[in-house]
Amino acid sequence: MSNDILVIAEHLDGKVADISYEMTGKARELAAALGGKVTVALLGQGMAGQAGGFASDATLVIDDPALANFNPEAYGRVIAALIAARAPRLTMLGSTSSGMDLTAWLAVRSSLPCVASVNQLAAEGDELRISSQIYGGKVAAQVSPEGGRAVVAVMAGAFPAAAGRGAGPVEQSASPVSLDGLRVTFSKLIRPEAGDIDITTYDKLVSVGRGIGGQENIELAQELAGALGAALSGSRPIIDAGWLPKTRQVGKSGLSVKPKLYLMLGISGAPEHLEGMKDAELILAVNSDPKAPIFDVAHYGSTCDLFEVTEALLEALG
Amino acid sequence: MKIVVAIKQVPSLADEVELNAEGTNLDFDAVDFVLNEWDEQAIEQAVLVKEAGSGAVTVIGVDATGELDGVLHTALAKGADAVAKVAGEFEPGLTSHAQARLLSSAIIDMAPDLVLTGVQAPDDLDGQLGPMLAALMDLPYVGVVNSVQVSGRTATVHKEYAGGLMAEFSVQLPAVIGIQAASQPPRYAPVSKVRQLAKTATIEEIETAEDELESGLSVRSMTRPVSVGHADMIAGDAKAVAGRIIAILNERGLI
Ligand SMILES: Cc1cc2nc3c(=O)[nH]c(=O)nc-3n(C[C@H](O)[C@H](O)[C@H](O)COP(=O)(O)OP(=O)(O)OC[C@H]3O[C@@H](n4cnc5c(N)ncnc54)[C@H](O)[C@@H]3O)c2cc1C
Repeated sequence: MSNDILVIAEHLDGKVADISYEMTGKARELAAALGGKVTVALLGQGMAGQAGGFASDATLVIDDPALANFNPEAYGRVIAALIAARAPRLTMLGSTSSGMDLTAWLAVRSSLPCVASVNQLAAEGDELRISSQIYGGKVAAQVSPEGGRAVVAVMAGAFPAAAGRGAGPVEQSASPVSLDGLRVTFSKLIRPEAGDIDITTYDKLVSVGRGIGGQENIELAQELAGALGAALSGSRPIIDAGWLPKTRQVGKSGLSVKPKLYLMLGISGAPEHLEGMKDAELILAVNSDPKAPIFDVAHYGSTCDLFEVTEALLEALG
Repeated sequence: MKIVVAIKQVPSLADEVELNAEGTNLDFDAVDFVLNEWDEQAIEQAVLVKEAGSGAVTVIGVDATGELDGVLHTALAKGADAVAKVAGEFEPGLTSHAQARLLSSAIIDMAPDLVLTGVQAPDDLDGQLGPMLAALMDLPYVGVVNSVQVSGRTATVHKEYAGGLMAEFSVQLPAVIGIQAASQPPRYAPVSKVRQLAKTATIEEIETAEDELESGLSVRSMTRPVSVGHADMIAGDAKAVAGRIIAILNERGLI
């Protein structure tokens, strides 16, 4: 085992994602405490131009046509080989759509423990102390890997990106393993259809969650949005149920918004939702559960029934 | 086409989650268990794949709550063809590693063409089930998927990234797919049908010889998240709350 940290950078649509820098910054701090080095691995094709921007001890660019777009099988093979060859103390991936395909797979393949949904990481003496957000953000679990090593999935936005930007030296390398005979093939990217409003351009959003109860109540929320001059958005379950179009989804697998007002009706504040709205300037949350995680993030809150508050707001706004 | 759906029950987040006295896990006596919502999506997607082509759907879980039968009967009422559980005495709070070991050894023997499971579960501290099953069964995995179409020995899946961007992959079967959302909302199972199936259906019990069930993590503590801040809570009834909200918006020139 080394005390080195391996950060798996991520890119989408040709651009390195912020989570890569967020992890690198944290890795720097841990490596300094443990006496190890930070290696960033950037898998892709033609990504070398963006490889020089990390605060790493080395950034390893693995260039291969099979890695041009994310492919869980191809990426998994390469990263498993890197872990086997380097025996890093800690391997960090994003708790993102692509990272979630790989983290637990790599852990099992490498016979290492895995920690999901990580939002804090520290080295105390020689021990890694890892905190994970589970149960929809209602519980924080503090864990340590028994053998000292682990593969972790880091939540987007948990650490600042600035600390991970720098000018670490770049090394180019071919894939350490054969990428022939893949059973998973990337076909194409599918872009969202335009046509609906763009909620990211609105100053004010009224956002509804599962607490809205049924499709028949969406109209009431729409009415409130109208009265406030806001657009209507929602949490994922509202979109999955077909009550609002996908274009209105806020969060990890939806859109990130930063309005002047984010008024939330019946949204619990799961980490995946927070990812998309926690930087809003003013967050007002109406949720009947006083322990709902959203109250840790909102500026103002009320535990009144959302329907009663909505009616009262409509009445007051005339 | 043999489709297997791996499911688990998780504590309901609709209620308050109580921690145990030692502060090392939930107080499982004080929670209600529900089917993981993404597993419900996986069951729906499996039935949709079957209906679009042919085949049979088997739903399987580890009974860690003593209440899995009800979930399995509901799965049958929603269109599953068979249900099974891993035999043995288990307690709530099984790690993902334990679930994956137990389920993969049962599922391998079923020789499935397609294994579906929820993309994640609220209790996934030591990782998600889907990628672990895939690693243990040496099958390819794609997760965060919101549609699955099977033609011959290939599944075409759509994986979600952020902001509505998706990637299409073709995956050679057999494979494991982690479902984020079925291509249409899960269907409703009439209570009468579930009740009737509870009387007549057989749940297959599968023995496994798995004993390597540790996650390799030591849990130092579980706590409520320490928050940097807390919302300023507005007291009073709905009318008072509405009045205050309007005052706040006025102050900031937002209305
Ligand atoms: C890979 C992945 C990506 C995801 N991406 C996203 C994403 O982009 N966006 C997203 O939102 N989620 C996302 N999720 C889902 C996320 O984990 C949560 O399941 C979801 O955010 C919960 O939505 P909710 O808060 O509306 O529902 P719930 O968590 O069910 O909360 C409903 C809330 O309403 C309150 N309530 C009920 N009735 C009333 C009432 N009458 N008055 C007041 N309050 C009431 C309840 O107290 C509760 O807190 C993702 C999940 C995964 C696995």
